[in-house]
Amino acid sequence: MNNTIAGAPSSGGAKNVSRINEVVIRIAGNSQDGIQAIGGFLARLAGRSEQEVMTFMTIPATISGGPSIFQVRIGTGEVLSSGDDADVLLAFYQHSYEGHIGSLKKGGIVMFDSDHVQPNPEWQDKYHHVPIPISSLTVEAIGGTAKDKGKNIYALGLIAKMFDLNVAKLEKLVGERFTGKDPSILNNAMAAFHAGYSHSLGSLLETFKFVDSQKKDGHQVVMNGNEAIGYGLIAAGVRFGAGYPITPWSDIMELLRRELPKYGGSFIQCEDEIASISMAIGASYAGRVAVTGSSGPGISLKTEALGWAIMAEMPLVIIDVQRGGPSTGMPTNIEQSDLNIAVNGGHGDSPRVVIAPANVEDCFYLAIEAVNIARQYSVPVILLTDQGIATRIEAFVEPNLEKVCQNIGPDFQPVADHKPYDLAAPNGVTPHVPPGTPILSGKYPIVTGLEHDEMGHPTGSPQLHVKMTAKRRKKLQALGATLPVPKIYGPPEGNVLLVGWGSTEGPIREAVDRSRAAGDSVSSLHLRHINPLPNGLENIFAGFNHVLVVEMNDEGLYGFGQLGAVLRARYCDPKIRGLNKTDGLTWKVREILERAQTNITASLGKL
Amino acid sequence: MSQSLSETPAVVVNAPAPANGERKGLTKKEIAADHPTWCPGCGDFSVLALYFKLIEKRKLHHEKITTVAGIGCSSRFPYFVQAHGAHYIHGRALPFASGISLSRPDLHVFVFGGDGDAFSIGGNHFTHTARKNIKLTYCVMDNWVYGLTKKQTSPTSPLGFKSKTDQWGAVDYPINPLKQAIAAGATFVARTTHTNPNHVLQMMEAAMDHDGFSFIECLSECVEFYEGAFDASNPRKGGVFNAVPPDHDVTDELAAYKLAGAEFPGYFGLFYQTTKPTKNAREAEIVKSLSSKVTGLKDWQILQKNFDRMK
Repeated sequence: MNNTIAGAPSSGGAKNVSRINEVVIRIAGNSQDGIQAIGGFLARLAGRSEQEVMTFMTIPATISGGPSIFQVRIGTGEVLSSGDDADVLLAFYQHSYEGHIGSLKKGGIVMFDSDHVQPNPEWQDKYHHVPIPISSLTVEAIGGTAKDKGKNIYALGLIAKMFDLNVAKLEKLVGERFTGKDPSILNNAMAAFHAGYSHSLGSLLETFKFVDSQKKDGHQVVMNGNEAIGYGLIAAGVRFGAGYPITPWSDIMELLRRELPKYGGSFIQCEDEIASISMAIGASYAGRVAVTGSSGPGISLKTEALGWAIMAEMPLVIIDVQRGGPSTGMPTNIEQSDLNIAVNGGHGDSPRVVIAPANVEDCFYLAIEAVNIARQYSVPVILLTDQGIATRIEAFVEPNLEKVCQNIGPDFQPVADHKPYDLAAPNGVTPHVPPGTPILSGKYPIVTGLEHDEMGHPTGSPQLHVKMTAKRRKKLQALGATLPVPKIYGPPEGNVLLVGWGSTEGPIREAVDRSRAAGDSVSSLHLRHINPLPNGLENIFAGFNHVLVVEMNDEGLYGFGQLGAVLRARYCDPKIRGLNKTDGLTWKVREILERAQTNITASLGKL
Repeated sequence: MSQSLSETPAVVVNAPAPANGERKGLTKKEIAADHPTWCPGCGDFSVLALYFKLIEKRKLHHEKITTVAGIGCSSRFPYFVQAHGAHYIHGRALPFASGISLSRPDLHVFVFGGDGDAFSIGGNHFTHTARKNIKLTYCVMDNWVYGLTKKQTSPTSPLGFKSKTDQWGAVDYPINPLKQAIAAGATFVARTTHTNPNHVLQMMEAAMDHDGFSFIECLSECVEFYEGAFDASNPRKGGVFNAVPPDHDVTDELAAYKLAGAEFPGYFGLFYQTTKPTKNAREAEIVKSLSSKVTGLKDWQILQKNFDRMK
């Protein structure tokens, strides 16, 4: 919160109301307590109130629950990250209290279930403690059989009261959530919500009210990154996909399995990762760009087939929801360590397109762009997202679906003649002509992973391998030339340029804002097109003394992260250096600033 | 709605118009592409010739079929056929072909491959394509040896077969492709041999007409690395060609399994056939059921309904 919360002892009586711009609330409990649901309600309410919102959650990798948190940052102004420190901690258990009180700002409010939490006297002065027997009050509100169920909704009522949230809108959200279930469930939920809302909030001295949103840019929708990708693919016209379950990619395949049949399509669960990419390539070959996806280990398994799609010049979209690796690694943690496999994975010279969405809204639009690049250039496109963006909920301006949705079905119109690998094609770009298309010359194309002649028949000719290798490369170079140069955040010249990709855009921009406010000369650049890179980045780098590539991956043998190494190789510029971390958690704004400072000081020391 | 699982794309109307009523079938000249690169005397030549015959006899047109293969000698097949085709990676021809089959009900998908492709590196896909009953025809040209890589032990090499990887003779028990197919839930399981052309064609026709996953094991001799492997099944070489007994009930799974266990040369013909809904039909049902709830809506309007719930 941008104003300080009074930590004075309880004196009862009327509470003051403070106007606030934003708040960071961390809810800590066990995964089966429905704490994600509280966060989800708050995020969606913010979206409906034209506020900005960003969430962050952790889920245990174990099967039946375990400690879990959901952090939500709601703001009337621009919200760029889920927040470094929480203003309010809602703790359900002793372990949630002890484990997360360190994430509270000094003087922050810890509201806890006094049925389960024994407060630590040492922390009483540092943080404002608000004990509420949430478990027993929930049971009191909805009856004795409801132990441990409904206390999340009770807590939602407490938060609603504390921040003077719109009760009518929240009731509607709760109602929508429980539609179609036993009416007693909805009644219980409403009872719990109202009981929480009418609680006196014990020792809390003040309540809060958001200043009104100034946003006037139309309706917002609220979803997470995985949903945005799934719906983006549908909008793009994808009607076939195949996959194999793996966290955190599974959400996308479940969504597509559920939704695609409405549009006449289908998503197939396959026996393994190799089958799923193969089936998707087969469907793409049959005429309409198809999708497959996975996370970490699954991407490794798919690389031989990916190489075939590159060699055979088959359009395809592959989603990689990155997680901590290598091997099974840290399945529910965040890492950006698949850039190398996305760009280079596989044997042979195998150029493919890699793009990375910067936020949830971008997931929607880049999914469409991925499909269109794949079609236009007859090439596999990897959409590189990560666990953070996959589960993060954001509100964004509702797309104009009538305009955005496209039909990419093949027409099967007879063609006079067709060379699938025509060397005379401008920029090496040849369209795919699917089976079912009559070819009037009577000469039919073969698509193949063997090096081939222009009709797709095998060749051992050294000249043809040279020409075909160049063809597959040239079309990506042609694509690169069409990509817009990304906009710099902040002034185009200065001391430090922070370069990022993927889900780190928000915290990096917030770091820029914060350091500029402190008088430092910092700008940032976010790359969405990783392979090929857009042209002209060298001109941007020229305007800065330090170019720091901020990534959630290891600094590597030579001191550069995965994007850092690509930029080093591409621009041979010694001022490009890396800011890397591998703790499986999102960047905090403070971390970026501190690490940048250390890095620059160290580099100046070497001069 | 545009192209979907439940509708046949409008490909038929786009085909070159028949001059006088029915379109003529293709001639062998129109179907043949590259001259095969197989060794002289290879059994695969006759399988290719009979595929051409099938296309001629059944008046299949270029735009109605797709030929798919993995990696191996026999998997060179698509290059020799003048039609849309794909030469995919080792062992994965079935999932690739499934992607075509499941999104294009207007095409008949023929998959050709060898024993290594089918039962070793592609073993998992064989099981799952069979159990899902995906509509396509899979003809495995079984030569009991790795030919393309020059004589290593294959999953169907019999015990004692001397190869470069088992100089003293194979020690691993071979796979029985028919048993494997029956156990996996294949709905059409047949066996034939390249030395009996009429029988090969007969099995191919029956497989093509089967609504589901149709599997043919076709013995196809490798004259280079396993000469004489199938002589015992070839009357011209002093062997016997035993047809599946006329009283065999092809719907009897246990009887088929038992028959498949007969010692070499065993039997030739249709071992097992049953009717159950294909994956293609099941998916089309799901499409029909779910799309009926959004009848009359354009694609963007269906999506809009989801977005309205996320406000």
